[in-house]
Amino acid sequence: MTPVLQVEGLVKQYGGRPVLRGIDLAVAEHEVVALIGASGSGKSTLLRCIDLLEEIDDGRILLDGVDVSDPRAATRRRRNRPGGAVAAQKSMAIVFQAFNLFPHMTALENVALAPRVVHGLAAGAADERALELLSRVGLADLADAHPDRLSGGQQQRVAIARALAVQPRLLLLDEITSALDPELVGEVLAIVRDVARSGATILMATHEMGFAKQVADRVCFLDGGVLLEEGPPEQVLGEPREERTRQFLARIIAAGRLG
Amino acid sequence: MIKDVPLSPLAAERAAFRRSRARRSTAVAFVSTLVFAVALWWAVTSAPGWPRVQATFFDPARAWESLPAVLEGLWLNIRVLVVAELGVLVVGLVVAVLRTLRGPVFFPVRALATAYVDLFRGIPVLIALYLIGYGVPALRLQGVPNDVVVLGTCALILTYSAYVAEVFRAGIESVHPSQRAAARSLGLSHGQALRLVILPQAVRNVLPPLLNDFVALQKDVGLISVLGAVDAIRAAQIEQARSFNFTPYVVAALLFVLLSVPTGRIADAVAARGNRRRSGR
Ligand SMILES: Nc1ncnc2c1ncn2[C@@H]1O[C@H](COP(=O)(O)OP(=O)(O)O)[C@@H](O)[C@H]1O
Ligand SMILES: [Mg+2]
Repeated sequence: MTPVLQVEGLVKQYGGRPVLRGIDLAVAEHEVVALIGASGSGKSTLLRCIDLLEEIDDGRILLDGVDVSDPRAATRRRRNRPGGAVAAQKSMAIVFQAFNLFPHMTALENVALAPRVVHGLAAGAADERALELLSRVGLADLADAHPDRLSGGQQQRVAIARALAVQPRLLLLDEITSALDPELVGEVLAIVRDVARSGATILMATHEMGFAKQVADRVCFLDGGVLLEEGPPEQVLGEPREERTRQFLARIIAAGRLG
Repeated sequence: MIKDVPLSPLAAERAAFRRSRARRSTAVAFVSTLVFAVALWWAVTSAPGWPRVQATFFDPARAWESLPAVLEGLWLNIRVLVVAELGVLVVGLVVAVLRTLRGPVFFPVRALATAYVDLFRGIPVLIALYLIGYGVPALRLQGVPNDVVVLGTCALILTYSAYVAEVFRAGIESVHPSQRAAARSLGLSHGQALRLVILPQAVRNVLPPLLNDFVALQKDVGLISVLGAVDAIRAAQIEQARSFNFTPYVVAALLFVLLSVPTGRIADAVAARGNRRRSGR
């Protein structure tokens, strides 16, 4: 079966400096893949490239077997057709480290926006779907609150609901708990666990090794823009083959994050 | 908010102290203002030329006589102001958005918008008024109005839109790029992202400078008098020419000030609210 996501030889440079140096990666349907690596190793860049928020310098990104990184997919004529860039964006959703909620909209409006204006739901139906998703993340009673009235954990839960509202084929999570106070991490991870269990296809950058071990089907270690090692969580996190992976995990353990 | 916790004697005593300090501050402010006002009044009225100045600029009888005519003129200013403000909002916003368009198709539009802003930010308002107020009728084009009020309003809209477009553009650029990324990642088109995500935040961010430009516009509507429109300033001039007394100008000035004070206060309130929002809950 064709994987939901295939990344082939992806190269991304910033001002001539390569940040991703030829990444090959596939994510199958219903698979949960964790992306680990030191700060600055290129995890966010990889996720942003996959979500077509950055132009790539070499390689291809295939969604359900269709090359969506082809510049021809982004032309005015083709971007809304199947395989076009906008169509591809509609089938992915990303949750950012810094939440990036729309501050002038309530939680409900944040979640209902894309279903309404992108997917053409009537306002009533979009609100209904949004409210359902907010209940799912335990925030139905805060539906009318603006983001500046919510805690970091609550904001991130709204951001997850907003991403799920477009019913994405592929859910991208970029260190979604890194900006949170430690006591708020649990509430967000619990929701991701629930979403993963419901059969979503997820690619997530994370520093929560314990969580990766529990939820991920596969762990990929990114080092200096190269996918150095990948495999089942027990292997990569328990008996890493690469020296660099061992060093990275030792640093994480020293920082007390391998729960 | 916990309401029904009884205050301890300590807190009650401190609150009483704060209240007494506040009363004292008010009293001090009152006395110092009074002293300052009296000193200023004395300094002005003891000047050797004061009786002349008082008779020429501050004659109560002349003020009362000229008030109806000046007020009628002001009514024209207010109507021009409302139309000009709406026009400036629309034109300014459109020009700002045009300047942010990307892509080669929009090159001419972008260049035109930039040229317009450069031109009208540089032209003195007075010259813009003359060029449009006298130049356009001279073209004798069919269907183009040659009413000086209409043309004067157009000149004001064109001048102020150039400023306001830059204010809006600064607002658009003040919205963090991650907001656009979030919108695009949800599949919103560029237009949708601009309209639903970027612009609402941009406008909110620039409300204080925007209102400031409106205060400036409020007094510049008086400049349409140079085209011969009988507004408050022109009415004052007519009254002055009749009696050789400048009091009508002072009346007009006071009315313009009264007109601009509310907008200034609104601008202050909006800025204060923005600061409160930014400094946390
Ligand atoms: N927009 C950008 N411009 C220039 N350099 C960037 C940009 N975004 C990321 N980088 C660089 O790319 C590298 C990888 O960054 P990132 O993908 O954010 O790493 P990670 O998410 O793993 O911490 C870093 O060295 C960072 O400085
Ligand atoms: Mg990152």
